[in-house]
Amino acid sequence: MRNRRFLAVGLLVALLLAGVASYYASSHPDGLEYVAERTGFAHSAEDPVDTGSPFADYQTAGVDDERISGGIAGVAGVGLTLLVGGGLFWVLRRRGDASERRD
Amino acid sequence: MHVPDGFLDAPTSVATGAIAAVGVGVALRRARAELDDRTAPMAGLVAAFVFAGQMINFPVGAGTSGHLLGGALAAVLVGPWTGALCISVVLLVQGLFMADGGLTALGTNITLMALVGCFVGYAVFRLALAVLPRSLGSVPVAAALGALLSVPAAAGVFTLLFAVGGTADVAVGKVLAAMLGWHLVIGVGEAIVTGLVVSAVVASRPDLVHGARGLPRQATLRTGPPDPRTEEARA
Repeated sequence: MRNRRFLAVGLLVALLLAGVASYYASSHPDGLEYVAERTGFAHSAEDPVDTGSPFADYQTAGVDDERISGGIAGVAGVGLTLLVGGGLFWVLRRRGDASERRD
Repeated sequence: MHVPDGFLDAPTSVATGAIAAVGVGVALRRARAELDDRTAPMAGLVAAFVFAGQMINFPVGAGTSGHLLGGALAAVLVGPWTGALCISVVLLVQGLFMADGGLTALGTNITLMALVGCFVGYAVFRLALAVLPRSLGSVPVAAALGALLSVPAAAGVFTLLFAVGGTADVAVGKVLAAMLGWHLVIGVGEAIVTGLVVSAVVASRPDLVHGARGLPRQATLRTGPPDPRTEEARA
């Protein structure tokens, strides 16, 4: 597969996972939350700081339909991660193809 | 495994913040050797993919769930330093935009999932690869083993932090047993997802897999100039 095609397929899979499949994910507490509840330290968790983001708890503020609300938040999260991560790695990279160097 | 604000006291959170800052600082320097024109876009994709993967909670036994942490996966695909940066970016986006994982706990979460996750995962991957047959087929298996152990390792380090600076008065032994037990099970899910994703990338673009470098791409050795007929058949 060519580079561009590979990246496009990978991104599409990520967008489908975050935008569509996430609706069907288990809503049970994760391992740490569950252990905290069972062993009795869950109460020490503080509410998350409100950063003013419209995507708190993977839902989109103002969108009532849970499926669409979660889908938008998931797609936005993938986009933000790609933007921040991709930008960082593009700046950090060494020009050229490292596999052609001996070091 | 996202630690919320409040589980750990301020001194412990400051300490893990310092560990995370040093870790990310070193990773920013060392990742340069892993990143070039071809691998930088791949690393961005890996970060985005881990974000998406972390949204897919799978049920684990009675009333609990787990999701991909992605440390071992990222380390194998793009290298441990770049991988640690991938997971740190995911945690930053989650903390800032999704209210997932506390902001004072960001250092704790980076320490557990980015540093412990990537480096334990990558160390186990390397050890397994040294023992397994020298072929591309060993890469997903070794990655799965790294993933399997990286999750209880992070759970163990969380318990250590809880023992040092947990705000609630709960017996550490009880927390340790429960954390390790449940996260070993979650590690099985991590291993399956990591193994499948790595084998898919190895099958389509082995050249983009950091952990597959130096392994023979083909079983056959070509000793002469390429034969146009076999080249045609290959294409």
